[in-house]
Amino acid sequence: MSTGRKIWAYRRENGRVGVRNYVAILPVDDISNAACEAVAAHIQGTLALPHAYGRLQFGEDLDLHFRTMIGTGANPNVAACIVIGIEPGWTQRIVDGIAATGKPVAGFAIENNGDIATVAAASRKAKEFVHQASAQVRVECDLEELWIAAKCGESDTTTGLASCPTVGNMYDKLVPQGVYGCFGETSELTGAEHLAAARAATPEVREKFMKTWQAYQDEVIEAHKTSDLSDSQPTKGNIAGGLTTIEEKALGNLEKIGKKISFIDVLQPAEAPARGPGLYFMDTSSAAAECCTLQAAAGYVVHIFPTGQGNVIGNPIMPVIKVTGNPRTVRLMSEHIDVDISGVVRREITIDQAGDALIDCIVSTANGRLTAAEALGHREFVMTKLYRSA
Amino acid sequence: MSAPQLLVHDHADNVGVVVVEGLEAGTEMLCVVTADNSDFRMVARQAVPIGHKIALADLKPGDTVIKYGQDIGRMVAPAARGEHVHVHNLKTKRW
Repeated sequence: MSTGRKIWAYRRENGRVGVRNYVAILPVDDISNAACEAVAAHIQGTLALPHAYGRLQFGEDLDLHFRTMIGTGANPNVAACIVIGIEPGWTQRIVDGIAATGKPVAGFAIENNGDIATVAAASRKAKEFVHQASAQVRVECDLEELWIAAKCGESDTTTGLASCPTVGNMYDKLVPQGVYGCFGETSELTGAEHLAAARAATPEVREKFMKTWQAYQDEVIEAHKTSDLSDSQPTKGNIAGGLTTIEEKALGNLEKIGKKISFIDVLQPAEAPARGPGLYFMDTSSAAAECCTLQAAAGYVVHIFPTGQGNVIGNPIMPVIKVTGNPRTVRLMSEHIDVDISGVVRREITIDQAGDALIDCIVSTANGRLTAAEALGHREFVMTKLYRSA
Repeated sequence: MSAPQLLVHDHADNVGVVVVEGLEAGTEMLCVVTADNSDFRMVARQAVPIGHKIALADLKPGDTVIKYGQDIGRMVAPAARGEHVHVHNLKTKRW
């Protein structure tokens, strides 16, 4: 099966297709950010990925940290990776995880060396990786080889009328042809969880989904709420845009998964899909940067972000394509919008035509066109943390 | 088709969404049901911002509000047909 459409992309050592060609400088922990940023400042063509965590985490939270770090370095949009940590043990664990893809990766530990010697050694290796990466050329690949994630944000009522159904239309067209899809936002399915569950491919997946959703209600919301969630979900921006309740928001959100396809597995945060092509649900926060970071760590190489009021999110390694159907947002924030489908609410274009326009933008983004978020320098890299460190 | 002022997802819905900027009270709106592209006309009784909802029927406290053909919460204050429905008169049933 194939749409017959081609893209120009990077074929990685493990066969996966990437659409960007970064040499990432990845800190294992918060205190290695400075060294990573120094390397990135020194060696052109590299990208530091500073973040806030990585010390004294344990249990499931530590597993998620490693999964996110390794998955980020392993993402096909990353050509090669330098890993810098305070000590060699966890640094090597991340290096080994990334090395399984076959891509060039090297680790450096700061203890007993200091920042300056570490930065010097890592810079020398980073320069070598930059030469290797920049010598790679794009090759012709099939559109269906892309892994395309989605998440909506600064949603309003136009999201459910136009931009989310447009994403759903794209998935209805591409997932049956072999694309990997992903939606998440566990909390923001509240009110539509029964409809989401009905879209699970098998009773086993359905049960796994409901267990994940219920666990979030019990372990996070019930355990930590101080009043109700009306001040956070919907957000102030959602309310300004006309969304009143979480149920209304969730129903619009769920339009992203189209009308025809089912999801074939439930993924843990940052877990790579392992059941072949198809749509996956991932247990994620509904906060945009956290969700995108987890989806990129799971191996997704392009992201579709429907927005109503105009979210400005980007991701350092995964291009984020913004779609809006709100004519006011197009008027006021056009620099953030990649695909203007406001014609849907004027009944000038159909959802089917909007879906085709989105697919055209995916192709051109995969071929190298920078997204609005990339051009504007949005590189939000936000780790999900499950609980307080030891 | 001329551009509608109000879009309604489903025939079962009792609210619709304003999709134009600067809608004034008294406007006779072209309302389109997206499920089948059918349309009807209705007067907006208040100025309602783009993206916000308007009641398609007289709604009283306790009534369930239906959008997408689904339950999106309950009324906690009344809204007459043509009036604004939002956080001042509609509340979630979830939290």
